[in-house]
Amino acid sequence: MSDAASPSAPVGLWGQFVASPKAMVSAAIALFLILSAAFAPWIAPHDPFALGTFNLMDSELPPVWAEGGDPRFLLGTDTQGRDVLSAILYGMRVSLIVGFAAVAISAGIGTLLGLLAGFRGGWLDAVLMRFADVILSFPTILIALLVSGIARGVLPDTRQGAYAIYVLILAIAINEWTQYARTVRGQTMVEASLDYVKAARISGLANGRILARHILPNILSPVIVIATINLGLAVLAEATLSFLGVGMPVTQPSLGTLIRIGNENLFSGVWWVVVFPAVTLVMLVLSVNLFGDWLRDALNPRLG
Amino acid sequence: MLAFLIRRLGQAFLVVLAVGLLSFLMFRFVGDPVVSMSREDATVAEREELREALGLNDPVPVQFVTFVGRALQGDFGISYRNQRPVADLIAERLPATLELVFAATVLALMIGIPLGVITALKPRGALSNIVQGVSLVGVSTPTFVTGIMLILIFAVTLRWLPSFGRGETVDLGWWSTGLLTASGWRAIFLPALTLALFQMTLIMRLVRAEMIEILQSDYIRFARARGLPERSINYRLALKNALMPVLTITGMQIGGLIAFAIVTESVFQWPGMGLLFIQAVQFVDVPVMAAYLMFVGLVFVALNALVDVTYALVDPRLRVRG
Amino acid sequence: MNNHINICTGAFCAAIIAGGASAETLRWANVGDILTLDPYAHTESGTSSFLHHIYEPLVRRDAELKFEPALATAWEVIEPTRVRFTLREGVTFHDGAPFTSADVVASITRLTHPDARARGNLAGVETAEAVDDFTVDLVLNAADPLLINKLTGVFIIDEEWLIANDATLPGNTTTGVVTYASDHANGTGPFMLESRQPDAKTVLTANPNWWDEPIHNLTSIEFLPINSDATRVSALLSGEVDVITPSPLQDTERLEAAEGVTPLQNPSLRTIMFGLNVARDELHAGPNGGANPLRDIRVREALWRAIDMEAINSRVMRGKARIAGSMIAPPIAGYEAETDVKPDYDVEAAKALLAEAGFGDGFSTNLDCTNDRYINDEEICLAIASMWAGIGVEVELTAQTRSQHFPKVDRGETDIYMIGWATLPAMDGFSPLSAMLATRDGDWGGNNPNGYSNPRVDELAVMSASEVDEDKRVALIEEAIAIAREDIAYIPLHQQPLSWAARDNVDIIQFPDNYFRAWHYSVN
Repeated sequence: MSDAASPSAPVGLWGQFVASPKAMVSAAIALFLILSAAFAPWIAPHDPFALGTFNLMDSELPPVWAEGGDPRFLLGTDTQGRDVLSAILYGMRVSLIVGFAAVAISAGIGTLLGLLAGFRGGWLDAVLMRFADVILSFPTILIALLVSGIARGVLPDTRQGAYAIYVLILAIAINEWTQYARTVRGQTMVEASLDYVKAARISGLANGRILARHILPNILSPVIVIATINLGLAVLAEATLSFLGVGMPVTQPSLGTLIRIGNENLFSGVWWVVVFPAVTLVMLVLSVNLFGDWLRDALNPRLG
Repeated sequence: MLAFLIRRLGQAFLVVLAVGLLSFLMFRFVGDPVVSMSREDATVAEREELREALGLNDPVPVQFVTFVGRALQGDFGISYRNQRPVADLIAERLPATLELVFAATVLALMIGIPLGVITALKPRGALSNIVQGVSLVGVSTPTFVTGIMLILIFAVTLRWLPSFGRGETVDLGWWSTGLLTASGWRAIFLPALTLALFQMTLIMRLVRAEMIEILQSDYIRFARARGLPERSINYRLALKNALMPVLTITGMQIGGLIAFAIVTESVFQWPGMGLLFIQAVQFVDVPVMAAYLMFVGLVFVALNALVDVTYALVDPRLRVRG
Repeated sequence: MNNHINICTGAFCAAIIAGGASAETLRWANVGDILTLDPYAHTESGTSSFLHHIYEPLVRRDAELKFEPALATAWEVIEPTRVRFTLREGVTFHDGAPFTSADVVASITRLTHPDARARGNLAGVETAEAVDDFTVDLVLNAADPLLINKLTGVFIIDEEWLIANDATLPGNTTTGVVTYASDHANGTGPFMLESRQPDAKTVLTANPNWWDEPIHNLTSIEFLPINSDATRVSALLSGEVDVITPSPLQDTERLEAAEGVTPLQNPSLRTIMFGLNVARDELHAGPNGGANPLRDIRVREALWRAIDMEAINSRVMRGKARIAGSMIAPPIAGYEAETDVKPDYDVEAAKALLAEAGFGDGFSTNLDCTNDRYINDEEICLAIASMWAGIGVEVELTAQTRSQHFPKVDRGETDIYMIGWATLPAMDGFSPLSAMLATRDGDWGGNNPNGYSNPRVDELAVMSASEVDEDKRVALIEEAIAIAREDIAYIPLHQQPLSWAARDNVDIIQFPDNYFRAWHYSVN
């Protein structure tokens, strides 16, 4: 993790990457998990979201290698008779969709507002930053309740399953854009105070061009680093929200929903319904975090 | 300076008002308190009467003005759930949450700082790598899983520590503390550890990053050249300088810990504000929810403003920007 | 983990034993805290169950849940709207004040005040009048065959204590009236309030001056709310508590295997069922060809036949539920074995019925369930949604918290929804008849938002409300329940079990109404 701190570190991002086994292993694991989630419909042996395709009488079968295991279900079945492996693959897919979408939205909004606040300053800056304070003073769970409540009020049809995923994405994104905004604002203020930017402003260069050509490139690396780390956090936040019952419905379980259901069976000896999803979640978040850590060190050791 | 202070306080006030509006909007949607409050086979008329009595049939803006008007006088109303003044309920639960947050912060600093120093001084050592690896697993595991695992290990299997509650508490009149009894100390350990894990990792990383940076600075090189002993360079100079930003950030995170205690408190049945809030949500106890949100918002805003003002005092140049 | 259950060594062991209370303390961990100590300020049966240890009614239920004199020794209907109660003499409140008719009058007055949240529990009572120190008349606005049932939930508070503490009025959240009775208590019951810390611990001590002969051997009760299921089970396994209510069904085998701990399961009164929306021309889920399929009794029967309750009972309920065909459980007045028949599980017959009704290609419907109200509610609904998918019914399942589920049901925004009914506190078939079967109108049909309406049922409801001849009254209710079964007004699923668990050294009886009555319990 300290590769970048050493003066003899290889040059170039790729050079640093191939020189760091940690980066390569974590990237490989993350990539493997992300790809298997992306291709879940093609590689999963069953479709856990299709009601009617599983049978209650198949419930709680242990993994194949344990006594009483069934070759149809590699990692066993859950309390409803769903294949645990398929549920994990599909669940990870849901978790990652939420994670990626939340990160994309929050990074986009946060960067834009951060640029505006840092570049324009004045009342706009004050309003945006105080608004960020408001958002920050709400825990994610409360925001999720608010968003899902408003969705329920606004959408005419009260189907929970149809919009649960958007609610989660929005809830997490609303909470996380402030981080990008603050970092980008700070960085923009630093850049904007540099002589060459000042000179460009005086020479009448359009603000948009200054932002795009001089400032944006300089703030990109912190944004990428925050985004990587936030992907892990977003997946974790989704799990916590599902645990608290405001997440994905049982008919389309995410990893968090699977762990919540599994958690209820903690003492019942059906360990596979909680252990496999939990291990998958930890591996996913861990590999993304490790990679993000490395990226931070490689791009900018100052970010701490 | 005075103008800056006034402006900053004005902004803080607006933020609290906005938090109030948001929390008010929110509980318009979380459910209908009337169902929780009436008996199972209540008639339609009974429920309608209750709804009218609670003012739920008034237009929303009227309800908001009533709410703000009362809140400004420090009156958060009466809890729907148990008909006691909300201010009393919050005051009753505050000590438990603050003690938990305090213990978690102390634990995070006590463990986070030494680990940060170790990983900064020997960044490539095996110990560093293990510490960083374990800490990453720690932050990658959801709090509710960590909490239950700790209960299974330390309460059920080893039977060393209690699985729930605060232990014996001592009532000091205005404050009930669990920190004066042995059972209180035993009870606070697991929840505080669970709550502290994230913070601990954050502190460790901050200390590490700050120290690596400072150790490479000219200032330290100069000290080395003067022949100061390594110990005193590492701890007197580097650590001391690294601690300032660490303490600032730790302070600012306290508001986050109070909010995050919701999960920890519900796993360990810690009788604090988070547990109060979760139950208020289940019962749709609007006054309690509103007061809790305003309180958490206030803590955040106060901490933020405090940090800003402190910095402005230290560095007058920052006063220009608000 | 099992191997370690009894291992306890060194200083920690000493600490646990020293920290534990004496042998006659019952440490009771319940899923939630009581809402308040004021018996008239809540409508939750869990809170009533707890407060029954401190406060007592005029008439209580015995170990078989039959009526038994408590603070009243005898009662007699002297006019249809006037019932006379003879009070027990020599009873004192916990603070030493004697119990007299003035206390009954003050209590009834306080409960029937418009601000008392529980006043619906004594609907129909106008006033209480003291005849002499130990005789009281209750004046009704109409003859009420269920008066005694209702009185089992009406706890008596001391008049002098109420006056001394300015608590004669119930609390009111709107006007901001708070009452001393919310966090203090003074009853006549077998236990006295010693201390209370909300959500942490409430301690009761045995009342040495109790008028009744104690059959329990408890010196004190520690009431410890623990919300999280896993934490509650952990506390029992680690020996920190003696009894947990409830105990998750899926942990039964684990608890059976653990040493020193026994799961306790018995049938309860609560029937879990599905309500069906027949009020609308089309379902919320979609047009389905312009007709509401649930209005066709063949569709309702098909849905019922497609549910494999045996599978749900053996898998989801661990074999502990009682499969139901009737809306009410056997111990409840109005129950008949003939109406308690579930049609056989038969997928082919179900498909044939759907085809006959013109829905051979199935239809789509929403299914709304709670996920925190009944035992394994979410799992039951998911399993049934899957079973219905098997006969071509496309189900959109929503499982959410009770505070969102029930208002949605009440607004009629559901197609098929889950509801559980235990007929508490009256324990009488009149409760589902008046609330769930009668057409919604004024005082009737408070829980029938979906348009079930049968003129004969409405007639039976009105007649049974004032029928004082018990046999005739029960016959009226039986007829109504039979019509509901015939019409498939609701689809009953099962009576969920009571599921508790306790350490082996405590003797506990479970009551079908899910009340905890510690004056019947002992610790060895």
